[in-house]
Amino acid sequence: MSEQTGTSGVELKYMVSPDDFTRAGEASSKVKNILKQMGISPDVIRKVSIAMYEGEINMVIHAHGGDITVTITPEEIRMVLRDDGPGIPDVEKAMKAGYSTAPEQVRALGFGAGMGLPNMQNYTDEMKVETEIGVGTTITMSVHIEG
Amino acid sequence: MTIDDLLKQQPLTTISEGDTSREISQVFCCDLLSVAMSKAPADCAWVTVMGNVNTLAVASLTDAACVVLAEGTVLDEAVIEQAKVQGLTVLATGEPVFDTALAIHQQLNA
Repeated sequence: MSEQTGTSGVELKYMVSPDDFTRAGEASSKVKNILKQMGISPDVIRKVSIAMYEGEINMVIHAHGGDITVTITPEEIRMVLRDDGPGIPDVEKAMKAGYSTAPEQVRALGFGAGMGLPNMQNYTDEMKVETEIGVGTTITMSVHIEG
Repeated sequence: MTIDDLLKQQPLTTISEGDTSREISQVFCCDLLSVAMSKAPADCAWVTVMGNVNTLAVASLTDAACVVLAEGTVLDEAVIEQAKVQGLTVLATGEPVFDTALAIHQQLNA
């Protein structure tokens, strides 16, 4: 993890370990704590936490990990989740609540309900999915800071 | 009602003790973590049978007041250790989810 403060805001970088469910959520927890310290409103923190955790879990389940860059500016919190995984064959289907391709062992842990991408979309103000089969997926999400 | 108040009246075992002076706002029941992630209200007592390390992550990210493991759900030693490190209160009971949630709800509304 690295942290950098510049004129364009605070930038945080995290690696997401492949196939390690015990560590999934670490990056989201760290970001949550930093946002708390910065005095960001609980509502915004909750949105960022949910969206980022779902993204992290997806990276562990489907993409053998990846990296996350979070940029915090006075206007928004932007999260870029990048992986070199298999890509999403049908984004429209994947965005549908209840649609899941997660394996059985992942469902046994309480995930794979087909809520990941829909949750990410519902809890962010902007979301863009760029994916290419065999190359990877980059998801850019942004939560606006009101007032 | 605080977690301390809850512990005085309910036959719950403390697996990991966090800040037990924390207020409980309401009861929440769910075992699907993605659903819990989006729906668990802050400061809730979350009753579940899903006892793994990700339960802790979801409880922490949603700011649940405590996790109540029902139906005799047990946690691995490593997971208990992590709950302690995170300062998360985890309680346990052999009773079913509904009975446990109802008892907490009744105490909250007494």
